[in-house]
Amino acid sequence: MKPRFLALAAALLGASVLALATAEARPLKWAASGDALTLDPHAQNEGPTTSLNQHIYESLTERDHAGKLLPLLATSWRVLPEDPTVWEFKLQQGVKFHDGSALTADDVVFSYERAMQPTSDFKGYLTSVEKVSKTDDMTVQIKTKGPNPLLVNNTSSIRILSKAWAEKNNAVKTQDFKNKEENFAVRNANGTGPFILVSREADVKTVMKRNDAYWNKGKVPLEITELTLVPIKQDATRVAALLSGEVDFVQDVPVQDIARLRSQPKIKVNSGPENRTIFFGMNVGSADLKSDNVEGKNPFADKRVRQALNMAINRPAIQRVVMRGESVPTGVIMPPFVNGWTKELDAAPPTDMAKAKALLAEAGYPNGFSTTLHCPNDRYVNDEGICQAAVGMFGQIGVKVNLVSQSKSIHFNLIQRNPAETDFYLVGWGVPTYDSDYIFSYMYHSRTGSQGSWNATGYSDKDVDAMIQSLSREVDLPKRDATIAKLWTKLKDETIYLPIHHQSLSYAMTAPLDIPVDVGNNPKLKMVSFKGS
Amino acid sequence: MLAYILRSLMQGLVVMLAVAFIAFSMFRFVGDPVVNMLGQEATLQDRAELTERLGLNDPVALQFARFVGDAARGDFGISYRQGRKVSALIMERLPATVELAVLSALFAFVVGVSLGVYAAIRRDGWIANLVMSLSLIGVSLPTFLIGIGLIYIFAVELRWLPSFGRGDVVMIGWWSTGLLTKTGLQSLVMPVLTLGFLQLTLIMRLVRSEMLEVMRADFIRFARARGIPERRIEFRHALRNTMIPVITIAGVQLGGVIAFAIVTETVFQWPGLGALFVNAVQFVDVPVMSAYLLFVAFVFVVTSLVVDLVYVALDPRLRTGNPAMAK
Repeated sequence: MKPRFLALAAALLGASVLALATAEARPLKWAASGDALTLDPHAQNEGPTTSLNQHIYESLTERDHAGKLLPLLATSWRVLPEDPTVWEFKLQQGVKFHDGSALTADDVVFSYERAMQPTSDFKGYLTSVEKVSKTDDMTVQIKTKGPNPLLVNNTSSIRILSKAWAEKNNAVKTQDFKNKEENFAVRNANGTGPFILVSREADVKTVMKRNDAYWNKGKVPLEITELTLVPIKQDATRVAALLSGEVDFVQDVPVQDIARLRSQPKIKVNSGPENRTIFFGMNVGSADLKSDNVEGKNPFADKRVRQALNMAINRPAIQRVVMRGESVPTGVIMPPFVNGWTKELDAAPPTDMAKAKALLAEAGYPNGFSTTLHCPNDRYVNDEGICQAAVGMFGQIGVKVNLVSQSKSIHFNLIQRNPAETDFYLVGWGVPTYDSDYIFSYMYHSRTGSQGSWNATGYSDKDVDAMIQSLSREVDLPKRDATIAKLWTKLKDETIYLPIHHQSLSYAMTAPLDIPVDVGNNPKLKMVSFKGS
Repeated sequence: MLAYILRSLMQGLVVMLAVAFIAFSMFRFVGDPVVNMLGQEATLQDRAELTERLGLNDPVALQFARFVGDAARGDFGISYRQGRKVSALIMERLPATVELAVLSALFAFVVGVSLGVYAAIRRDGWIANLVMSLSLIGVSLPTFLIGIGLIYIFAVELRWLPSFGRGDVVMIGWWSTGLLTKTGLQSLVMPVLTLGFLQLTLIMRLVRSEMLEVMRADFIRFARARGIPERRIEFRHALRNTMIPVITIAGVQLGGVIAFAIVTETVFQWPGLGALFVNAVQFVDVPVMSAYLLFVAFVFVVTSLVVDLVYVALDPRLRTGNPAMAK
């Protein structure tokens, strides 16, 4: 029996090696709703920009499509046992930039320093860093201001460029909008990634060719010979381009087209959760609301009112009707991939109008009250629809909500002003570090110059702030996780935010492609294989 | 004549300044560019710093003065969205819009005038009636729907034409043209039809009604009495007299077509100025928005001037004396 099994295994192995050797290689056209803003890897921390740049530039670590942290340009890392404030990264041998020069520790040190400049859009990931230095050609040390047990989580966002190239082309600094010159790195690139930039016309197309000297060749399929990114803004046109075979892969599929695309024989649609949760925020901090009809009191300051609103939201109905099934209702403002997430926290309160009304009456609003809800209409999937549905639901318990939906450029401005200029608003939040701390410090920490920048609720609790601050210093991970759990239990009970759902993503592609949905919505096209054909 | 042109140009300059100022004072209602320029990790401090650096804390009047001062020196600043010079962006996008607009206007004019004349001469023929009914659809259907409809018929179902983009372009100096390649020409078909359709129906209905009016005039009756062949009366005498209002409309519309190709460009992902503007508005890319609006004002000023000059060429009465008198 055993020898036969071995023979079979050998045959299978042979077949798969053969398949690998004859694997198809062909070009791929990729359509998305928006184009990258720049090729500069440190100038814009924005979804479509990262989606494109990650194919040209690489980081010390990367996230796979499920959000798992993997080594990339760094082969290993550790916190120095003698000094908890120093992280050490060993670099991959034999990595070459597209211009043929070799990657060394100097390039990494240079790139981190570049990302920490005042005009860099990635400095937020490195605020805890004091100094980056090289110990030898293949080793880099990052010293933090205090112990930072989770620094490695942030390294997947910091892309590495060549020091010599940047110096030669006067691109040592990222784009500064004050001096009115174009930065060389905006339209030119020299990374270590699987694809090499061939040409770029912003908002028209970006063409990349396969990097045949890619250091990680053989470990990843890398079957796309030429990768072309075409931004197509209009939903209907983007879908039409896929149906007509002009593009092979569409990243932003409108929810209303998913069912129709699924019914097409040659088209495959993959859906999955995105690292983003959608929720309402309320002004709980003010003594009185500007937008309500209650004098001298702030109804949102009463926990019972917030709980009543939370119960009034019919999440399954929003999922079914507004999102056409493409969302995961939730009771916590944390995507499931994040450290700290539990099933219990994720459970949403059941919709219970009678109980909600009773709670409102108990809080002194038997006839409800009126207020204004601000909502973006061009940021999240069906954002305006969610708000319209919720307004109807709040109306059922007597809370009359006046809906104001507007463009994200205006909406986010209301939230980010200090003090915030909205009493009730919709917002979505993704967690690029995959740790609860990121949510706490932006959404729950009191608003100070450097923290709580998205906390427009006015919520401020000294104990909570202290616990949040302890997270960034705590080296003992089990102890840290315990603090996270404690914080969530308290904050979920406080109901500062009304969670609605985790947003889902859908990718559509022509068979035999099978590109999995990337939780960060940055599809990794080096992993694409045409083997199904 | 020269004085007339100069005066028109001076008026144009005032119009452009006014447009720029109105546009400028509207921008703060579009939103805050800083929101889009910084990632979500940005702190309140970062936002304050960038706002200061961009000079957005200054009063609108001061910002406007700075903009006009720079613009007078040909400096339109740097795009907040793309980090590139606005003047370079506009020059890059201009050929796409001009080719699209000029071809659509030509298409609308030639087909519109032909059909209009036909509909006027064969007033009661069934083809003329059909054309007239179809033109009603053209007037009432939104451009967006026409574009999407064409895409579904010719790109998705028949697969004859590309659904988006400009195809391959050839560079002639700094001008990129899609007129010299097969894919470039194919890509032009649907956007030209979409953008030209509304103008076509307008011109056609206008030509028809003007022509019917002229055909009732005394000089046509006299011409018939003189025994001039019917064809000659229709095309030489009647059509020429029909053209004055048609040229006005078509000329003013050409400006409109160049300036407001926005919808068509968005539907077909046409890399022209309209698409640039739409993206700029969404991002609150103030430098691009202001430069674009200034450009639109310029186009309108120039086209109305050209229309005035074409009048003179067409109508002999305007050639002598003060042009204003003849109106």
